[in-house]
Amino acid sequence: MSPLIEVRGLSYRYEDGTLALNGVDFRMEPGESVALLGPNGSGKTTFVLHLNGLLRGEGSIQVCGLPVEKPNLPAIRRKLGVVFQDSDNQLFMPTVVEDVAFGLLNLGMENEAALSKARAALETVAMSAAESKAPYHLSAGEKKRVAIAGVLAMEPEILVLDEPTTFLDPPGHRSLAELLAQLPQSKIVITHDNRLAAALCKRAVFFERGQIAAEGPVDSIVARFGWDVSWERTKSRS
Amino acid sequence: MRHLALERWARGSSPLHHRDPRAKIVALLVFLIALATDSHGLPWFALGLVVLLVTALLWARIPVWGALARAGIVLPFSAVFAAVSWLAGDPARGAPLAMKSYLSALAVLVVTSTTPLPVLLRGLEAMGAPSFLLDVGQFLHRYFFVISEEAQRMNQAAVARGVSGRQWGFGGPVFRASAGALAVLFGRSYGRAGDIHRAMLARGFDGRFRPLRTLRFQRADLLFTAVASLAPIAMRLAVERALA
Amino acid sequence: MHIPDGFLSTPVWATLDAAAAPAVVYLTRRAQRSLEENKVPLLGVLGAFVFAAQMINFPVGPGTTGHLVGGALLAFTLGPAPASMVMVAILAVQALVFQDGGILALGANITNMAVMGVLAGYLPFHIWGATRWRGFSVFAGGALSVLVSACLALAELLISGVRMPGSVLSVSLALFTVSAILEGAITLAVLRALEKVQPKTIHYPRPGRSPVLAGVALTAVLLATVGVLFAASGPDGIEKVLNLHAGSLQVNLLRQASTGILGLAMIYGACLVIGRVASRRRSL
Repeated sequence: MSPLIEVRGLSYRYEDGTLALNGVDFRMEPGESVALLGPNGSGKTTFVLHLNGLLRGEGSIQVCGLPVEKPNLPAIRRKLGVVFQDSDNQLFMPTVVEDVAFGLLNLGMENEAALSKARAALETVAMSAAESKAPYHLSAGEKKRVAIAGVLAMEPEILVLDEPTTFLDPPGHRSLAELLAQLPQSKIVITHDNRLAAALCKRAVFFERGQIAAEGPVDSIVARFGWDVSWERTKSRS
Repeated sequence: MRHLALERWARGSSPLHHRDPRAKIVALLVFLIALATDSHGLPWFALGLVVLLVTALLWARIPVWGALARAGIVLPFSAVFAAVSWLAGDPARGAPLAMKSYLSALAVLVVTSTTPLPVLLRGLEAMGAPSFLLDVGQFLHRYFFVISEEAQRMNQAAVARGVSGRQWGFGGPVFRASAGALAVLFGRSYGRAGDIHRAMLARGFDGRFRPLRTLRFQRADLLFTAVASLAPIAMRLAVERALA
Repeated sequence: MHIPDGFLSTPVWATLDAAAAPAVVYLTRRAQRSLEENKVPLLGVLGAFVFAAQMINFPVGPGTTGHLVGGALLAFTLGPAPASMVMVAILAVQALVFQDGGILALGANITNMAVMGVLAGYLPFHIWGATRWRGFSVFAGGALSVLVSACLALAELLISGVRMPGSVLSVSLALFTVSAILEGAITLAVLRALEKVQPKTIHYPRPGRSPVLAGVALTAVLLATVGVLFAASGPDGIEKVLNLHAGSLQVNLLRQASTGILGLAMIYGACLVIGRVASRRRSL
């Protein structure tokens, strides 16, 4: 079976010369979900931006069998949807429904069809009531759901989520995790929350200084690198 | 912030809210021009126009006192000029100036409180205004509230680090702290724009914005345009005839 | 500085509207062409930034604060044509959403702040921005953008017949000067900070470019501004004319219209220069 995503020798340098990614190899099979763990600045987001061609580095990348090159980008961007960390920068249209329909209209869909598909996507994330609202009036959790709807509307095969639970309060955090667990797409989840990673993914990949230092089951990676969020209070001296 | 009230009013649902933005824009322009070009009819003409606008507010179910108060934002400006004119020996200029500027502001408010800004911009686009400019205006409106909150927070933090009794003033630490905060905010805004652009590309953006809903000018809009445009003209003619 | 409706006389606002409309179309096209790719998010977000920055108070003295207007800063970071366009968008949103400035008066406000102000703000930088007078050119640009906008607004009010005693005029001009200096200082401070943090965002002019055209344009802008203000505020001239001629309305209208036409000429000249300067920027 051909892999969903195959990355070989990916390297990327910033404009000022620093090496952000240094020979990354990555593979994801159909039906898998992978968590990307690692310190801030280790290259996780930079890596993910290469998968749909937003950044162009050296090495080869294939998504759903298509090489990530200019002529394939429209198809790849439909098959691989990205939910960015800051929802404000993803919900750029004046109203919720216009934003969710944005991708569909870009695909050439007619207004009526786009509207009904957008509504269906909003239904999936339980945000139908917010259809005509302006994004500014939504809470962080609501914005994240709408952002997800905007990506789901395009019916992708792969969902990439960059630190989805940032800015969310505990109830928001839990309901988002529930929603994500129900989505059937293969997922790549960048997160610092080991519990979310364990809930959504079987496999984890640990980034360090632009390279993949290790990969394996989520729990063992978390244990190996001390990536557990919970901590024990040391006994205080009397 | 006071703009939030306007946003709320604009998302209401009355017959006036549902009129095509082009109809409202045309009616507004006729109103403003009829008012601006008037030279004698004033107190009576103004009275008629107030009645017209208040009727519109009631029809649109917009809080009348709230709107009347909000339009009053021009009054301090007019008051200053009225005082200046009085000092210069031209007292008669003050009252007409205040009336005209207030009524103009109120008329604009009737339109903006019954039409969300993005819809208004689309109306202008349909009337021939350049799309690029309007798209920029739409983004500006979308991100203004986000960035101004960011700005207030950053400035407070910066000033808190810089303040000390005698250090207020030109070029002092507070001044420089605020300037530094602005520079950082500029950089962040630049970065934000890049993020937004990437998010747009990730969902297939190819350079063209496609509207989800197209405007349709219907018979009700035509009727509204006719009535709303003729009303101020008819009032002015009546007043001028009565005064002649 | 945002003139509300009801203050300008009909010949003045109508001429400026008629002049500003094609200017805005021209500048929009110029802005679109001078940017490498569809830059709607960048211009929109930076416009939001300037709009938000206008609300930050800078201490000027005990109990007084001022704020950035931002036209010059936009010009130094985006280039003059995009900066003009963003200012137009800001002015339109301010008029519609905040009732800050009138609708019929938009032509005047756009001319003063988005066209002439941005141009006057950018030109010193174009001439000296790559030399060791850079700091001075930034300060001068900021100051001139505010000074020119304010003087033009004052002139338009005077032409429209708003009468001001000499004392009020002098106080106004003094206030304009203070605002101008503040704008220059803030713009310089922010640009210096940007140079350290995000130097790539500043559009420096290439050294060695002939500053003659820009110098001529700047002189023209300043002369025009001073000239219009002078003509508008000459009280003796207007009094005499009105007293001597019973049918003075015609002469008054003629004066207003001719000043309006002068305004028109200024705007077209300004757009041509912005366009020339902007296309030089693109060929860098």
